[in-house]
Amino acid sequence: MKISSVKIISLLFFVLSAFYLYTANQIQVFAFDVNSPFNAKTFPIYLGYAGMFFAGLQILLPEKSVEKVNHNVLDYKKVIYLVIIMIFYGLTILKVGFFLSTSIFLLLSYYFLGERRWKLMLIFSFPFVAVFMFLLHGALNIYLRDPLLKYLGIIG
Amino acid sequence: MIEGILIGLNTALSLKNILMVVMGCFFGTIIGMLPGLGPMTAIALMIPITYGFDPATGLILMAGVYYGAVFGGSTSSILINAPGIPGTVATSFDGYPMAQQGKAGKALAIAAYSSFAGGTIAAIFLLFAAPSLSKISLSFRSPDYFALMILGLTAVAAFSSKGQFLKAMMMAVLGLMLACVGQDTLSDIPRFTFNNMNLSDGISFVLVVMATFAMSEALTIILRGTDPSSAAKAISLKELGSIKLDKDETKKTLKTIPRSSVIGFIVGVLPGAGSTIASFLAYGMERNFVNKEEKEKFGKGSVHGLAAPETANNAACSGSFVPLLTLGIPGSGTTAVMLGALLGFGIQPGPRLYMTNPEIFWSVIMSMYVGMVILLILNLPLIPYIARILAVPRTFLIPMILFFSVTGIYLMSFNTFDIFLMIGIAVVATGLRLYKFPMPPLILAFVLGGLMEENLRRSLLISDGSFNFLYDRPLTAIILAFTILIFSWQSYISLKSK
Repeated sequence: MKISSVKIISLLFFVLSAFYLYTANQIQVFAFDVNSPFNAKTFPIYLGYAGMFFAGLQILLPEKSVEKVNHNVLDYKKVIYLVIIMIFYGLTILKVGFFLSTSIFLLLSYYFLGERRWKLMLIFSFPFVAVFMFLLHGALNIYLRDPLLKYLGIIG
Repeated sequence: MIEGILIGLNTALSLKNILMVVMGCFFGTIIGMLPGLGPMTAIALMIPITYGFDPATGLILMAGVYYGAVFGGSTSSILINAPGIPGTVATSFDGYPMAQQGKAGKALAIAAYSSFAGGTIAAIFLLFAAPSLSKISLSFRSPDYFALMILGLTAVAAFSSKGQFLKAMMMAVLGLMLACVGQDTLSDIPRFTFNNMNLSDGISFVLVVMATFAMSEALTIILRGTDPSSAAKAISLKELGSIKLDKDETKKTLKTIPRSSVIGFIVGVLPGAGSTIASFLAYGMERNFVNKEEKEKFGKGSVHGLAAPETANNAACSGSFVPLLTLGIPGSGTTAVMLGALLGFGIQPGPRLYMTNPEIFWSVIMSMYVGMVILLILNLPLIPYIARILAVPRTFLIPMILFFSVTGIYLMSFNTFDIFLMIGIAVVATGLRLYKFPMPPLILAFVLGGLMEENLRRSLLISDGSFNFLYDRPLTAIILAFTILIFSWQSYISLKSK
């Protein structure tokens, strides 16, 4: 018997719901609330059961049509690159500062998506971020931490 | 009511709010024209900006984006048979054949006039329906609200899932599970935080919307290798033809508009139904209304066939504001995003909104009229030029969407943990999208989670832990009966086809 991807996802959701139910039961409520008709863990417990119920039905009932996804035509490589660039962006935004990390994030994203027009890529990274930062500071009065620009004396 | 209308007009016609409507309509039209990116993405990207404004202005901006996106979606449906949003699929049935016959300009004009009329007529209905329903809904109690939320979730799951009801219900439960993360509102007891301080305040609503819509839609476009801007590139300024309608076309359009407006508005008010169902229903009904000769033209470039879905989908947009403004319960994923944004402003929509914040209530309704006029001005003469702007290559478009998503969430919390959490949720959502797990039920459930728990808490405490509250009040019992009906019907359809 071949198990479809939807059933595997449903099985994972069933396990997640079971774990959720277990964690909900572990929630420490106040002593005077333990026998109350409703406390902090009541709703999550119902949700755990509901998740297991719907996932269980999806696993047990036969599928109308098996959802076929042709993985060969999907561009996983580019998505993985983008996710790595975003994680890198998240890691550097506080340390390096908004201006440089955002500009590099945009530049790398354009490049990995196949763009090679360097002039446009540069315009839509460093100057674009500078204008965006100016609007944030000037128009919306939002302060952005940027150690690099502070070191250079551009922002206070 | 007159006083309310004047308050609304005063707020809606302020220069700032008119600018917001123009901006919202313009931005919504652009996003709506891009296949794969819907109104929820457009609104999600706007939320961080709205927090810089007062609630009325913020909601006016989001409403402008909403009907702008529905309006814009029709353009790509007509010109290249690639509906920008599901609500404009029915538009392509007759709009695209008209464009192929060299009448693209006329098709766009019919779509623009119908959308304008549908939206405006529905806004008049809203003007009368919302205050009346607000007064009635003051008699609603916690059990009724709880039942209404269950009905809303079931209906959205049933209608948005296209035959995948169980998947949609799983998504709804997942949304409720995510909503429970963080401190319990009454006892402050931490739940599902796993001793992580970043989760003690719960997961931000904007984060979930950005991750499941803006970011995951962008990643899906890359994964599938599609180019949303190809739609814009295919639009030629020369091939549109005249936008002037002749007497016969005007007569046909005028005949269709009133009945499709009524259908669109009623369907829009119903929880979960929305513009997609409204447009298909109006298309089908219109086919039954016309004579045999006109019926033959359906699917081959019928004026009735184009005007009906276009009128209905815009009327449904206005209709979907009725449950949001009067009950505080959104009837669709898009209005759920708006509810979340309003809660972020510290405003609880519902029957009391009419009394406590009349300027918000009335200005949103009044801004709809302004929005419809602006859309008419935008859509008719400017569409080909807007389409040119859209011809941005995806190598620039996708990084920009990702940039606005990440920056949007970073600017709200200045916490990098939120960025990583958003990336994680977006990756999972992208995987789920591949296997047709719908996202609107997740968003609706996430927004309603807190309110649902609160109403269940009150109901159970009043009834001393007994579930009799589900049928003690006739209103609760009727709402739950509808829920059971939808659930049974969907289960029957699923089992029958299996």
